[in-house]
Amino acid sequence: MLDLIKIRIEQGKQYIPDLRKAEIGKRFRGFPVLDGASCENCESCVSVCPAGAISLQLLSVDMGKCVFCGDCVRSCPANAISFSNFHKTSSTSRESLKIGSGLSEADYLKSAISVREEIVKIFGRSLKLRSVSAGGCNGCEMELNACSNVNFDMGRFGIEIAASPRHADGLIISGPITENMASALEDTFKAIPEPRIVIAVGACAISGGAFQDSPVLERSFFDRYKVDLYIPGCPAHPLTIINGILDFLRR
Amino acid sequence: MNWITAKNNQTLKLKDIPETAIGALREDILKHCRSGMRIIAFFGRKEAASVKLFAVLADDAASSLLVSSAVFKDGIGSYESITPEIPSFCNYERELYENFGIEPSGHPWLKPLRYPHKRERMEDYPFFRVEGEGIHEVAVGPVHAGIIEPGHFRFMCEGEKVRHLEIQLGYQHRGIEALLCGADFMKKAALAESIAGDSVIAHMTAYSEALESQMKITVPKKAAAIRAIALEMERAGVHIGNLGAICGDIGYLTGNAFFGATRTYVINSLLAICGSRFGRGLVRPGGVVHDLDKDIAAGVVKTLKNVQSRIEMMCEKMFNCPSVLSRLQKTGILDRKTAEAIGMTGPAGRASGLKLDIRASHPWGFYKFSPFYRISLDTGDVFARSFMRYMEIRRSLEFVIEQIENLEHGELRKEPAALQPASFTVSLTEGIRGEITHVCISGEQGEISTYKVKDPSFANWLGLACAVRGEGVSDFPLCNKSFDLSYCGHDL
Repeated sequence: MLDLIKIRIEQGKQYIPDLRKAEIGKRFRGFPVLDGASCENCESCVSVCPAGAISLQLLSVDMGKCVFCGDCVRSCPANAISFSNFHKTSSTSRESLKIGSGLSEADYLKSAISVREEIVKIFGRSLKLRSVSAGGCNGCEMELNACSNVNFDMGRFGIEIAASPRHADGLIISGPITENMASALEDTFKAIPEPRIVIAVGACAISGGAFQDSPVLERSFFDRYKVDLYIPGCPAHPLTIINGILDFLRR
Repeated sequence: MNWITAKNNQTLKLKDIPETAIGALREDILKHCRSGMRIIAFFGRKEAASVKLFAVLADDAASSLLVSSAVFKDGIGSYESITPEIPSFCNYERELYENFGIEPSGHPWLKPLRYPHKRERMEDYPFFRVEGEGIHEVAVGPVHAGIIEPGHFRFMCEGEKVRHLEIQLGYQHRGIEALLCGADFMKKAALAESIAGDSVIAHMTAYSEALESQMKITVPKKAAAIRAIALEMERAGVHIGNLGAICGDIGYLTGNAFFGATRTYVINSLLAICGSRFGRGLVRPGGVVHDLDKDIAAGVVKTLKNVQSRIEMMCEKMFNCPSVLSRLQKTGILDRKTAEAIGMTGPAGRASGLKLDIRASHPWGFYKFSPFYRISLDTGDVFARSFMRYMEIRRSLEFVIEQIENLEHGELRKEPAALQPASFTVSLTEGIRGEITHVCISGEQGEISTYKVKDPSFANWLGLACAVRGEGVSDFPLCNKSFDLSYCGHDL
């Protein structure tokens, strides 16, 4: 008994008191900072990018494809690409994930999430999600799990992962969607009662990421159903996930 | 000579690898496996009008690898299966059959393995059926109740008792081996890091070491040290998380919360080093790309010393708590004989008495200078697998702290070069789940023409199926956690 109390004291307070203000370590690659004026169009970054995320016409990085490996940063002779540790990178539109030269974090944050009144009304106070991993490498899955651990404790906002799609308000997809998983994903989605939302987490789910050229993917799910929230990353950091959902719910 | 000998990460000329008739190769394999060698790679490669089969055996005592090959000309579609004699060939032969249609005749379990592109419907998997009074089936997956990768489990139960478990995988098949081929190997790092997202450093090191050997470059000593530091941090992080999950499954919530928070310290330290909690973007062919600066190193050491004392405190309590022990001991036993027969590796194998550890038997990089001794336990139950993790956490943390404190100044990365044409390299590392094998074969133009990956889960899933026989079906989650296997590492 005394030992347990000792352990409890040692454990202390592990939760992050204010998730909205928490910051991630300096070396974290969260948000691309681009300097189009110094870009020399040498294509070094394009040649090393594993996900085809960089476009040189008006230098831009697509966070929906980017795997945040940082290889482009090291390849650029003009230092035109870098990443800041800003992590609130979720967006409700696929287009706004494409970051152009000179876009500041504050400007991105203002325009990235457009709140829909019906979503706030229906899910604003409680949101239960069903997670489906469809070809994920277990990176995003581990970070989704971490969202509910004692540090991040997403449950404090009434956001939880439900065990059954029948108890869920939406689907959170990780992985590039393999052919072998496509029908199980769709079955799970259809088992969620309407109204329901779709969240794509990680580069794989958003665009196929490093796997986008694989012939064994079956991504037609996204032709049929609209994604309500994109959470970029490889894998997405728990703070990106939680803050993205909170902004989406205007909390 | 039917075999050519190589070391871990030694590049061979493709033309130097002996070619034998399949019958003779089979006899040789049987002979060697009966005298203590293990199969670590057995795969086909499409050539002009034939399929070439490569076999790699590991001689752990001599720290060497034996390589040989056999050719199946077009039209020759079968050979006598090795599995009935040496069960650890089971999945290798299924894979060969699935990918190239070469039938191992007499194979007792020739079922689909991971359903590559448009072959058969997953719904038609031929499950083994147990029949009789009171037998019922429990089907679980591919979508599970938690946030877990997909896989299907079919239990044949007699009342509450599991008589047989069959695990159907393949849902995660992303075609990663095919994607790793080609001339643009310098931009495949993110792919190699995604073979299994919790074994980033282990797989990426195996990939890098294979390429570096073919490029004829030696990684700077400091880079090799940082790779080893990161790998042991990865191991400690996953094992701590796993102990937390085991505590969660037996309702020991103090442990669940405590280990969960402790794991965060470890993986956040990895983020401080390289910007990713899982070590992504650290290891690259040629070396590493992030330095352990003085202030970062000091911070990491301080954090890990705290982690050490937290682990000691919690494990002391956990492994002496009667209600914990009663759930862990004698649950999900995998005996040594079975473990050896099916080719188990890693902590799960070591918990069943197999003294296998690539860091000790085939050391690479920094482990050549700082060898690991082999440890094992012999009860093969959930307790042994959990306690093995505890011992490995201790060892890894000690190693990391010692190596960070002794880190010398030096170069981080050598400039990558071109691959030698038509070469063959086997690269082994000891990942969190056991032995990781990468085989890289380059083509005439110096491109990667065949890339083969074997994650420890490839063999270890069968260990789980064997361990739950005779257990209550409600103990399955606990047994599953104690093996902690990778779906994507198996499915590739």
